[in-house]
Amino acid sequence: MIDEELVQLLTPEGERVAHSDYVSTLTSEEIFALYRDMVIVRRLCNEATSLQRQGQLALWAPLQGQEAAQIGAGRAMAPTDFSFPTYREHGIAWCRGVAPEDMLRIFRAVTTGGWDPQKYRHAVPTVVLGNQALHAVGYAMGIQRDGAEEAVLALFGDGASSQGDTLESFVWAAAFNAPVVFFCQNNQWGISTPSSLQFKVPLYRRAEGFGFPGIRVDGNDVLAVYEVTKRALENARVGGGPTMIEAYTYRMGAHTTSDDPTRYRVDAEVEVWKHRDPLARVKALLTREYQTKASAFDEVVAEAESLASKLRVDVLAMGRPDPITMFDNAYADQHPLVDEGRREMVELGVSAGTSP
Amino acid sequence: MTMAKALNEGLRRALEKDPKVLLMGEDIGKLGGVFRITDGLQKDFGEDRVVDAPLAESAIVGTAVGLAIRGYRTVCEMQFDGFVYPAFDQIVSQVAKLHKRSEGAYTMGLVIRLPFQGGIGAIEHHSESPEAYFAQTAGLRVVSCSTPNDAYWMIQQSIEHDDPIIFCEPKSRYWEKGEVDLDGPAHGLFSSVVRREGTDVTLIGYGSSVKTMLRAADTAAHEGVSIEVIDACSISPLDFAPMVASVEKTGRFITVQEAPHTASIGSEIVAELTQRCFYSLRAPGLRVSGYHVPYPASRIEEDYRPSVERILDAVDRVMGFDS
Repeated sequence: MIDEELVQLLTPEGERVAHSDYVSTLTSEEIFALYRDMVIVRRLCNEATSLQRQGQLALWAPLQGQEAAQIGAGRAMAPTDFSFPTYREHGIAWCRGVAPEDMLRIFRAVTTGGWDPQKYRHAVPTVVLGNQALHAVGYAMGIQRDGAEEAVLALFGDGASSQGDTLESFVWAAAFNAPVVFFCQNNQWGISTPSSLQFKVPLYRRAEGFGFPGIRVDGNDVLAVYEVTKRALENARVGGGPTMIEAYTYRMGAHTTSDDPTRYRVDAEVEVWKHRDPLARVKALLTREYQTKASAFDEVVAEAESLASKLRVDVLAMGRPDPITMFDNAYADQHPLVDEGRREMVELGVSAGTSP
Repeated sequence: MTMAKALNEGLRRALEKDPKVLLMGEDIGKLGGVFRITDGLQKDFGEDRVVDAPLAESAIVGTAVGLAIRGYRTVCEMQFDGFVYPAFDQIVSQVAKLHKRSEGAYTMGLVIRLPFQGGIGAIEHHSESPEAYFAQTAGLRVVSCSTPNDAYWMIQQSIEHDDPIIFCEPKSRYWEKGEVDLDGPAHGLFSSVVRREGTDVTLIGYGSSVKTMLRAADTAAHEGVSIEVIDACSISPLDFAPMVASVEKTGRFITVQEAPHTASIGSEIVAELTQRCFYSLRAPGLRVSGYHVPYPASRIEEDYRPSVERILDAVDRVMGFDS
C-alpha cells in the first residue's frame, strides 16, 4: 500500500481489495476493454516518442505510467460530459474518440489545434498551467444555466496545483456549486519540480478547505479510478457540486522529449513505480480471475501495433501547411490587419492565397 | 442622459435581446457596480444573468471563456483598469487565441469592460490606461466610447460581435450628459468619427481625450487656428481612412492620449499616417500624452493628463514648421 487514505480496488499484484465506500461494478468484458485502451494508448505514446526522436515531431509529452488514471477517468465520462485537458491527456482524448493522428497535429507543429473540441466534447489543450480549470468551471456554469444533466472534467496535474487559476477555479466551483470534477493527476514531478516543493499536505485535502470533497485514488488502478470518477461525475450531474480527485500516479518517462529526468531523480524511485505498473495488475487479474487467454492479449498487442503503424503513416503524410493558413481564424470577423498580411503574403509569392 | 446611464441602458437592451448574454463582475449586483453602471440589472434579470463574482479577476475572465465555449456571451466588468492585470494571462493566452487554436470551433464573443484613464482624483491603480497592452495582442479588439450615444450603441455592438472586445470606458466622463439617439447607431463599431471639422490641424484621440481636444479646438478657433477633431473610437483595429482624409487636408496632426507614448496607440497612428500621408505633411506628427512615469498621485494628475494647454502648445509647434 502506498497510503492508507488511498482508494484502491486492485493491488499492484492484481489482487482485489475491499474498500468501505467503493466496489468495482465492471464485468470481465469491461475490464478487458479498459486493458485494451491502456495497451493501445501506451503503444501510441511510444510511437509518438519514436517519431519525435526521428525528427518527425517538434515535441512529445509522454503519458507512460498514467494510463490507468486517464483511461479510468475518460471511460467514466458520459458522452454528454465535457473535458478540459492539458497537453498530456492523450488517454482521455482516446476515450473521447479523438483520432490519434489528430492528437499529434499540434506536436507535428502543423496546427495550433488538432481536433474539433465541440464534436468530441473535449477541449483543445491548454499549455499555460491551470488556465483550463477556469474554463471548465465556466462551462459548468453554462450547464447550470441550460438546466442540463451534464458534468465537466477539469484535468490538471500536480504541476498546476500552485497556480492561481487552479485555486480560483476551486473558489468559483464551490461558490456556484458548479457541476465540475477536478481530476488532478499527481505524477510527482512538474518537470524537475518535486511535489514536496508544491504542497505540504496531500493535494486532495485542499478540497475540504474550499468546501467540497476531495478523494485520493490510486491513479495506477484503473478499476478504482473508474469508480471514483464515475460517482463524482454522477454527483455533479444531479446538482451535488464539485469534487476533487487526486489520482496518485507517476510519470514514468520524461516531462517531454526535451527533458532529461536523470538530472533530477534517482533510478530507485522509478524502479519502485515500475512495480506499480497500471497494465500488469489488470493483466494479472484477467488471467487469474477470468482465465483470459494469451491469444486475447496477443490480439490487443497486434491491434496496438497496427494502430501505431497507421499513426506513423498518417503523421508522415502531414506536410507543411500553406503559410496563408496562419491568417485563418485569427479573428471570427474580417480584420484590416489580417487582410493586409494576407495580401502581402500573396504579393510576395509565398502563397497562392488559396486559403478559405 | 449620462454615459453611465447610457451604458446601463445598453446593457439592459442586450440582456433583453439575447438570453445568452450574461454580466459578471465584482459588486455588480445589489450594489450595481462601484460606478453603478449595472444598477438595477440584477433585480430585473436575476442572479443567474447578472452574476456577482468572487473577487478574482482571472476567474471572471477564465470562466467567461468556458461560458463562451458553452455558447454564452459574457460581459465581464473589471472594477478598475489597474485590476485587470490578474486577468491578463487569461485575456492574452486564452481569450485572444482560442478562436484560432480551436480552428474556428470556439467563438470567443465576450466583452471585457474596463473603466480606464484618470481624472477622478483616485488613489493608485484606479486611473491607468492599459489599452496598448491589449491592442498589441492579435485576436483582441479594443474600443472606447467618448459620448453617451456611443456608449449606448457601442456596448451593444460589442456584445453582438463574435470577437473578444476590450471595452474601454473613460470613467472621468461617466457623469457627463449627452443626447442618445435610440433609433440606431451613429457609426460602425470599428469606425473613427470626425467630431469637429477644421482645416489647419488634425487632433486624434479617444476616450476622455476627445472632450479635451474639442475644448482645445474651441480655444484655438479664437486664435484663428481651425482644428479638426477625430475620435478614433476603435483603438484596435484603428480606422485610418478618416484620419488620412483629414491629414491630407490639414497637413498637420497631433495624437492625444493619457497613456505614456512609448509603443502606444499614438505612436502607431503617427507611424501609419507618416507612411500614408507623407507628401501631404507640413509638419511631423506629434504625440501629447501622459509622461513615462507611474500614474502620479491624483493631486497632481492634471499635470500628467493631456491638458488644453499642452495640446495648444503642440498646435503651435506644428503650425510653426512652415511659417
